[in-house]
Amino acid sequence: MTRKQKRNLFRIVLSAVLLVVAWVLPTDGLLRLLTFLIPYAVAGYDVVFSAIRNILLGQVFDENFLMSVATIGAFFIADYPEAVAVMVFYQVGELFQSIAVGKSRKSIAALMDIRPDYANVLRDGTVQTVTPEEIEIGEIIEIKPGEKIPLDAVITKGETTVNTSALTGESIPVPCRIGDSVISGSVNQNGLVYAKVTSTFGESTVSKILDLVENATSKKAKSENFITRFAKYYTPCVVFAALALAVLPPLILKQDFAPWVTRALTFLVVSCPCALVVSVPLSFFGGIGGASKHGVLIKGANYLETLAKAQTVVFDKTGTLTNGTFTVTEIHPKEMSESNLLEIAAAAERFSTHPIAISILKACGKETDKSRVTNIEERAGQGISAEIDGKSVFVGNAALMDAIGVEWDVCETVGTTVHIAVDGVYAGYILIADTVKSDAKTALEELKNMGVQKTVMLTGDSDTVGQAVAKELAIDEVYTQLMPDDKVRITEKLLAEQPEKAALAFVGDGINDAPVLARADIGIAMGALGSDAAIEAADVVLMDDKPSKLVRALHISRKTMRIVRENIVFALLVKAVVLIFSAFGLAGMWLAVFADVGVMVLAVCNAMRAMHYTK
Amino acid sequence: MIKVYRFEELDCANCAAKMEDAINKMPEVKHASINFMTQKLTLETDGEITTDLLKKIEKTCSKVERDCRLIF
Repeated sequence: MTRKQKRNLFRIVLSAVLLVVAWVLPTDGLLRLLTFLIPYAVAGYDVVFSAIRNILLGQVFDENFLMSVATIGAFFIADYPEAVAVMVFYQVGELFQSIAVGKSRKSIAALMDIRPDYANVLRDGTVQTVTPEEIEIGEIIEIKPGEKIPLDAVITKGETTVNTSALTGESIPVPCRIGDSVISGSVNQNGLVYAKVTSTFGESTVSKILDLVENATSKKAKSENFITRFAKYYTPCVVFAALALAVLPPLILKQDFAPWVTRALTFLVVSCPCALVVSVPLSFFGGIGGASKHGVLIKGANYLETLAKAQTVVFDKTGTLTNGTFTVTEIHPKEMSESNLLEIAAAAERFSTHPIAISILKACGKETDKSRVTNIEERAGQGISAEIDGKSVFVGNAALMDAIGVEWDVCETVGTTVHIAVDGVYAGYILIADTVKSDAKTALEELKNMGVQKTVMLTGDSDTVGQAVAKELAIDEVYTQLMPDDKVRITEKLLAEQPEKAALAFVGDGINDAPVLARADIGIAMGALGSDAAIEAADVVLMDDKPSKLVRALHISRKTMRIVRENIVFALLVKAVVLIFSAFGLAGMWLAVFADVGVMVLAVCNAMRAMHYTK
Repeated sequence: MIKVYRFEELDCANCAAKMEDAINKMPEVKHASINFMTQKLTLETDGEITTDLLKKIEKTCSKVERDCRLIF
C-alpha cells in the first residue's frame, strides 16, 4: 500500500469507530448532528472540499460532487447514520479500487519486465558492471549463466543455451556457439559467454519490444472510446433525472418531499461511470500484457479488437505456412541404397552454392574425401557432372538426362526432382521440396474450430506446388503464381467480399508483403524476432514463426473482448437495476454505493482475467 | 514534436478521460493521449514543448484530480 492508501485506511477505521460511538450515544437534536458530523468530517472532508473546489473551477458532475450532494442531502433529511455510513463505505470502495488498480498496474508491468538492468563489459582488461545504455557497438560483454542478455550481440567465446521465453513464450532453450547471435531480453542459461555487441541499447530488440508494448494501449479501441463518450452523457443525464425525481412526483402527486429526495440522492450515488471507464482499458491492457508473455505483440487495443473479429485469414505461403527452405523429402534409388545415392549426389554437388545443392549436402551430412571427386563441371540450367572414384556421374534435371541420353523416371510428387546417372546408367532421383511447418495443419484446424469462416493462401509459387500445400493443409482458397501487386489486388477483393462486421487478417513473414500487411484489416507478421521490418509493418507481431501462435493470439483477443463485453453489460445492468429500484424506493443508499464502487471492484477483478491465458 | 510524460497518482480512469479532453482543447496542443494504465501522457505539438505549456497542463489536470502530478 502507498502512503496515501495507508492514510485513507486509517481514516476509514477511525471514522467507522466514531460512527459507532455517535450511534450509541444517547444524544438528540443539534448535539446528535454534531456527533455525527465528526466521523463524517474524518471520512469525507477531502471529498467535500474537492467538490466545492471543482464547482468553483467549473468541473461539476464529478464523483466528489455526487457523493457530497448525496450525503449532505441525507443530513438535511436527518438521516445522520446513513449519511456517514455511505461516505465511509464510499471511501472503502475508493481504497479498494486504488489498491486493485495499483496491483494490476504492477502485475502487468512485471509481466513485461524483460528490461535488462545491467551489463558486464570488458574494458581495459577488467570486467565492469554498467547500465546497458552506456555500451557502444563493438564492445565485448560478459554474460554469466542466469543473466539476462543486455544487448543484441554475437558470441565470440564460449558456448551456452539461451532461453527466449520472455520474448517468444516458447521455453525450448536454443543452443548458441561462437558466431551465433544472441538477442537482448533472452536469458543465458548455463554457460559463461563473451559476445560482441551489435546494436546500442536504444536500437536493441528488447528496447523495441518494450517500447511497442508500453505504447500499445495508447491506440484506443472502439469500445474504449464508446465508454468515454457514454460516460460524458451518462452522468449529467442521471443527475437531471435525480433532480426530476426529487421535484416532479411530490408536486404532481402532492406528496411529501422527503422520501423522493432520498430516492433522488440514491440516484446520484449510482451515477458515477467509473466502473465502466476503468475496467475497459484495464481489460485491454491485461490482454495485451498477457499476449506479450506468449510471444504475441499487439500494437494497440484497436488491433486487439479487430483481431477478435477476424473471419477470413489470408496466409502467405513461403516462410509462413512452409519453412521456406528446401529439404530433401524423398530419395528413390534404382539399385543402390538411399544413403549411397545421396552420397554420390552430395559428392558431385559439394562445391556448389545452389540452394538445391546446399539442401542435398545438408541431408547427406557427411563430408566426402576431396581426392575422390575430380573433373567437376557445372552445366548451366541443367546440373553438374563429375568423376567420382573414376566413374562419371551426372546430377541434374530432366534436361541433363535427355542431353546425355539417359531415360529417367517421372516423379508424381510435387517438388524439384534431381536425377542422378552413373556411368551412363540411370541411378534414381532425389526429391527436394519446401516442407510445411510441423504445426501448420493443427493450427489451421484450430482456426476452423474457432469459427474462422475462410482460409486463403496466396503464393508466388507455381500452381502445382501451391495446390499441393493447400490440399495438405485443407485451405479453402488458393491463389498461385502471384506478383506482389496481385496479392494486394486479391486481398482487396477478399476485403470487399466479406460480411460487414467481420475482419480480414493477413499473415506473412513481413519481409516482402508490407503492402498487403498494411491493406488488410489486421496485418500479422510472424518470425519477427530480430527482424525490424516486420515489427514495423505489422499490427500484430508473432515473435517466432509458428502458425500455432496465431491461434493463441486469436484466443487471447477473443477472451479479452469477451471480458470487455462482460464488464460493460454487468456494470450497466447493475446500475440500471439499482436506478429503477431506487426510483421506486426499493433500494437504499447502501445498495447504490455497491452499484458504484462494488461493481467497479468486481469489474477490475474480472478485467485482470484478461492477463492470464492458459490453453 | 512528440513527447511522453508520466503522471503520478492518476487514480481515476474517468478523470484521465476528462484531462485528455481538456488538454486536446488547448490551442498549442496538436494531439494528446492519456494512457490510464501506464499513467503516461503522449503529447504532440507543432512547435517546441515549453515548460509553460507543461505547467498549464499540470494545472488543468490537478483541477480534475487533485493529487495528480505531471513529471517533467
